[in-house]
Amino acid sequence: MDRFDVIVIGAGPAGSSAAYSLAKEGFSVLIIERGKFPGSKNVYGGRIYTYPLKRLFPEDWREAPVERYVVQENISMLSKDTAVTIQYDSLRTGSSRVNSFTAIRSKFDKWLAKRAGEEGAMVISGTRVDDLLVSNGTVFGVRAGGDEVKANVIIAADGVASIFAQKAGIRPELIPKEISVGVKETIKLTKKRIEDRFNVGEKEGVANAYIGQVTNFLRGGGFLYTNEDSVSLGVVVQSEDLSSHRTEIQELMERFKLHPSIQKYIEGGKVVEYSAHMIPELGTCMIPRPFANGFLAVGDAAGFVLSHGYTYQGVDLAILSGMAAAETVKAARAANDYSAGSLSRYLHDLRSFGVLSELEEFGNAPSFLMNPRIYSAYPQLLCGILNRMYTVDGTKKEKMFHIAKEEMKGKISLMQLMKDLLGGTRSM
Amino acid sequence: MSMPEPSGLRMVVCIKQVPKAEQLKIDPVKKTLVREGVESEINPSDLHALEMALQLKDKHGGSLLALSMGPPRFIQALETAIGMGADEGILLSDRALGGSDTLPTSYALSKAVEHLGHFDIVFCGEETTDSSTGHVGPGMAANLDLPQLTYVVEVEIRDGHVRAKRAVEDGFEVWETTLPLVITVNHGCNHPREPTLLGKIKARTIGVIDDLNADDVGLDKDKIGLSGSPTVVDKIETVELPDRSGRIYSGEAREAVRKLLDDLEAEGII
Ligand SMILES: Cc1cc2nc3c(=O)[nH]c(=O)nc-3n(C[C@H](O)[C@H](O)[C@H](O)COP(=O)(O)OP(=O)(O)OC[C@H]3O[C@@H](n4cnc5c(N)ncnc54)[C@H](O)[C@@H]3O)c2cc1C
Repeated sequence: MDRFDVIVIGAGPAGSSAAYSLAKEGFSVLIIERGKFPGSKNVYGGRIYTYPLKRLFPEDWREAPVERYVVQENISMLSKDTAVTIQYDSLRTGSSRVNSFTAIRSKFDKWLAKRAGEEGAMVISGTRVDDLLVSNGTVFGVRAGGDEVKANVIIAADGVASIFAQKAGIRPELIPKEISVGVKETIKLTKKRIEDRFNVGEKEGVANAYIGQVTNFLRGGGFLYTNEDSVSLGVVVQSEDLSSHRTEIQELMERFKLHPSIQKYIEGGKVVEYSAHMIPELGTCMIPRPFANGFLAVGDAAGFVLSHGYTYQGVDLAILSGMAAAETVKAARAANDYSAGSLSRYLHDLRSFGVLSELEEFGNAPSFLMNPRIYSAYPQLLCGILNRMYTVDGTKKEKMFHIAKEEMKGKISLMQLMKDLLGGTRSM
Repeated sequence: MSMPEPSGLRMVVCIKQVPKAEQLKIDPVKKTLVREGVESEINPSDLHALEMALQLKDKHGGSLLALSMGPPRFIQALETAIGMGADEGILLSDRALGGSDTLPTSYALSKAVEHLGHFDIVFCGEETTDSSTGHVGPGMAANLDLPQLTYVVEVEIRDGHVRAKRAVEDGFEVWETTLPLVITVNHGCNHPREPTLLGKIKARTIGVIDDLNADDVGLDKDKIGLSGSPTVVDKIETVELPDRSGRIYSGEAREAVRKLLDDLEAEGII
């Protein structure tokens, strides 16, 4: 069998969602994954937003391999040994409106691919696709090793370093405006320790973000997500800042782990996984026209990922774009036309699945998030102010405004503060 | 009028799925290998057997059937075999076979081979990594009343004659015999190919035949399973590897060697 209706390259969230949706519509689908099994090598921060999953599996999305539902979000501004934290308690697990959950990709991606397989898609792992088959500007198949397989539509879901979007001629050689460097560790604790230390119940978890001292006040930040019996802990920093300050990211990570705010959570834990990444800050560099004759790009391969400076949102957009692509292919089949013209309705489908609106709305965020003051002056300022407010040592207390003014002196002007505040609210 | 004989060689290769060598664990109470939750692979020398058979098929044409006996999870190994180029995968699976040692295993596999038709060559790996007996190939040869060549590293077929090179303790032997026969293949003698994309697609499309049971191949229930197995595991000991002392002798070579010899002598090693 060397012909399918659709071939999907890559069994990440984007590819498996597309394959699932298409197989459900009766298409013959081949999905090819280079990893030993789907998700075997895929790493990310640690949290997935729920809404696309509810849309993909309205009845049984709760069967997803969820580690913990996020019921609390914290953002902490760290100084050397103090922290100012804003805590937000979100809805509890019982509610069907759970906003996000933590998951481990080797389990999550495997499950998603299994769902596609159960729906009839043929999931082949351990094979890397080497090339596209193209003739007269139309993509008509893939090559892996010496083998060629053909299809009406090829969907590239091969992730952020996608070579196929480039081969199909729809992705310019990417020159990321900025590159970040990230490290992540999975630190094994026990279920009970997680629940005690984070004060959460069964299946409940937290998502923490950190800025300030975590990056030595460079642009970037840290994150911590609670899994069932481990935490995902990481640091992301602008590579430009790293080199101009001669800082090693591993060193930052080690220091981050020793910060009292983190140490209290991970004490006694064991590092079971370590990974390091280069992360292109794509910002709005998404592919403007993610389709060609016989070809569509989904998920990271099309640049559908949102950077929030040091945390990322991409799995949800990957799932939604996979579903949108399936709609597009369905319409193309009805018209029996797989040309770029016919597949151009993908843009419309992306919009109706909310992928583009999300990206367009937050398109400005990256430049605001590049503002170095967010990572240095402000955390120091806040920690300084609160430190002085809460320290009672017999000396005379000053008024809050006075303290703030003193702390700002030499660090930031009132004018700048106003400008940053305005810039921030506009892009949020 | 009789049907024309299919051209080329008719071959069967027996493969087993074993726990990955580096993940081997022994249950301290049951004294058996822990097989649950451990990654598995095709027994390495079976892979070499598969490759040897595929090379003969490439050269002479014909057919290759992959046969395995075990629980349903062994389907994976048979899919891999089809992915590499075997024409079919067949699993002999029956609860009654559980607990079989090498005697009932060779018996059951021989009966399955007889059931499946006539073969020119029955291939096996030299031994498995999870029990290392090397009994099954020779056991099958005895049951099927066929000549056998064990620890084979190279094989050549010419005019119905088989010429094979086999590894022995201190070198190689070259033997010649006739078809049909049983060949067990030496570990490490070739480079097993990777399954191809079209091979994997084929494996999924045709599927593995997994509904062959003890009755289908006519097994005598008394001869299989635990009751048909004379082997008794009396005791299992795990060997603690001693720490190596790792001394470095530096300086002038002649001096260093002399010092090393002195030390070895002093410690009674030589
Ligand atoms: C440090 C970091 C942290 C992040 N944190 C989060 C987070 O907390 N939450 C969130 O939602 N998102 C996060 N993201 C983004 C998220 O990881 C991606 O947006 C998401 O994985 C995109 O899914 P995808 O299916 O498009 O691609 P991927 O998940 O990258 O999947 C691509 C698949 O294609 C396969 N593949 C690639 N090439 C080939 C080939 N030639 N042949 C066959 N298969 C191939 C790969 O093996 C892989 O399985 C983070 C990203 C980074 C870098």
